[in-house]
Amino acid sequence: MAGVEKPELVTAADEAALEVAFQARVDAETRIEPRDWMPEKYRKFMVRQISQHAHSEYVGMLPEGNWITRAPTLRRKAALLAKIQDEAGHAAYLYSAAETLGTSRDQMLEDLHSGKAKYSSIFNYPTLTWADIGTIGWLVDGAAIVNQVALCRTSYGPYARAMVRICKEESFHQRQGFEIITTLAHGAPEQKAMAQDALNRWWWPALMMFGPHDADSPNSEIAFKWKVKRQSNDDLRQRFVDMTVPQADYLGLTVPDPDLKWNGETGQYDFGAIDWEEFWRVVKGDGLCNRDRLDARRSAHEDGAWVREAALAHAAKKRATKSAA
Amino acid sequence: MEQAASNKATPMNASADHNDALFRYLLRLGDTSHILCHRLGEWCGHGPIMEEDIALTNVALDLIGQARLFYQYAAEVEGKGRTEDDLAFLRPERDFNNLLLVEQPNGDYAKTMARQFLFDAWNLLLFRALEQSTDARIAEIAAKAVKEITYHRRHSSGWVIRMGDGTEESRTRIVAAFEQLMGFTAEFFHMDDVDRQMAEAGIGPDLETLRAPWMADVEAVLAEATLDWPSATWSVLGGRHEGRHTEHLGYLLAEMQSMQRQYPGLNW
Amino acid sequence: MTTRKEWPLWEVFIRSRDGLHHKHAGSLHAPDAELAIQNARDLYTRRSEGVSIWVVPSAQITASEPADKDSLFDPAASKVYRHPTFYTIPEEVTNI
Ligand SMILES: [Fe+2]
Ligand SMILES: [Fe+2]
Repeated sequence: MAGVEKPELVTAADEAALEVAFQARVDAETRIEPRDWMPEKYRKFMVRQISQHAHSEYVGMLPEGNWITRAPTLRRKAALLAKIQDEAGHAAYLYSAAETLGTSRDQMLEDLHSGKAKYSSIFNYPTLTWADIGTIGWLVDGAAIVNQVALCRTSYGPYARAMVRICKEESFHQRQGFEIITTLAHGAPEQKAMAQDALNRWWWPALMMFGPHDADSPNSEIAFKWKVKRQSNDDLRQRFVDMTVPQADYLGLTVPDPDLKWNGETGQYDFGAIDWEEFWRVVKGDGLCNRDRLDARRSAHEDGAWVREAALAHAAKKRATKSAA
Repeated sequence: MEQAASNKATPMNASADHNDALFRYLLRLGDTSHILCHRLGEWCGHGPIMEEDIALTNVALDLIGQARLFYQYAAEVEGKGRTEDDLAFLRPERDFNNLLLVEQPNGDYAKTMARQFLFDAWNLLLFRALEQSTDARIAEIAAKAVKEITYHRRHSSGWVIRMGDGTEESRTRIVAAFEQLMGFTAEFFHMDDVDRQMAEAGIGPDLETLRAPWMADVEAVLAEATLDWPSATWSVLGGRHEGRHTEHLGYLLAEMQSMQRQYPGLNW
Repeated sequence: MTTRKEWPLWEVFIRSRDGLHHKHAGSLHAPDAELAIQNARDLYTRRSEGVSIWVVPSAQITASEPADKDSLFDPAASKVYRHPTFYTIPEEVTNI
């Protein structure tokens, strides 16, 4: 539920005791709920993480939305519409979860629009062919699922519950993507080439979705302590690679990594070094679509302002006539 | 066939003629649903608030579901081995028989909602009539669709009311939207030979009978929205019967059909 | 918060099947109750998760204080006689 009351005045000693009790609850795997006492740092951390996740779902509608009007069959068009609609739903669940921490959705959107808040950088890459739609479902939703399954047991209750719901819905996303890619990979030569080209462009960005190595990720330690996160970025990335490479093999597509090979000793795939410079370049604004994505979000919000106001004005009039009657 | 032949009221050419009319009638239904779905799909991710993104996409999904059922049936009736996708993606503009109203660009949210409401109010009446169709397949499609369209109408009429009786700006916008669109509604009630043939066979309604209840519904919603009936007196026909469209449809189809045109004969 | 133009928040409760209680599903924004119901339908029942919806303005909900948790809920824990397992019934007696 939303509605966070003003915390009562507490002394520093109280605060320290509360923090110990809080950590004990986290360690005991008790979920933290909105009205429970929590350290301000935890609240801020959660708002940042959940809103960033929400923004990713919301902005993530755009690259795929780019192909709704060009989907090649009616069946694909219906599936794509339903998939993107789900992403809007995911954004809504997540904004709600963040709102329980006392930050309004408007505030979060403002931070997105001003560039203060980030979203997953994968969505700054363009969707150039129909194969990109299949590849996004297969790789991007696939990577998101690996991340999100790990978050279903995160310490903040509303976030964990949103994740459970989202994970249930995600599985169709990945499957519809894989079905598209399978059709292309087993199709005509130009379709297969299209699929390979898409894999070439999306593979590395998909691996980057798991974030920097934990050693380079300043928030990792505290995230573990608060059980926001339970597995390292690198572990999750490895799991994704191990799951996905055999799927690429099945498709007869080549993963664009000359260093990729099965390691019999570790029972995992070894893979090449990620170009983190490229990652940071795109995060900081030098992706092909950063500006388009933010412009689209901003103008949707600004152009929609009068609609939202009209609905509020009408509701107020209705209430007025009701109470006058 | 033999039965039909012995049933002397329906000679062979008459039944071929009936099939052709039915085929064309089904395409009108399928095209209208699909083109409107397409327009709504353009909003996806760009709506005024994410709750509306979700709502509009739901409407789009209902419409594409209806379109597919009509195209599939049309393909069977035609019996030339064409598929739903052949009908949607490989016919030229002049063969499209959607209502002119639904091909109109989205404009602002007022125009999209005005377009939707004018259409939903009519479409609900149409599909209620189609539920009674002597063609069992159409009646079945309509029975499912009526529930969906009832919801569409509730959503769009709610927005017309909120905008009409909202702020000065929303009122100005929704008034302008109705002025821009009302002239396209003449097509709702205009009958041609195909429509008459379908009406005689009890497959579809006499469209003229929908006029009074449609006007009553629209008037009631406009009244609640504190709006007057639009003053525009112009009206146009052409899309649903003759494939004479506004210039907007060509661009829509160029985009929609681009994959199938660029890569003929492939599976997707 | 810069503006007060945001649509208010509603809590959504869904009955997933007839015969079951409504259960909290989540929240959403809507300008009025009617649109709250419609939005709830589109947001929380896309996969046939419901047959009935309640929406309540979030501001209308009064919740118990987490700080009162001990005094509100702990006393029940010692009232074991409210549970059937508290009572001893001879083994040969059945259907009880
Ligand atoms: Fe998602
Ligand atoms: Fe997804």
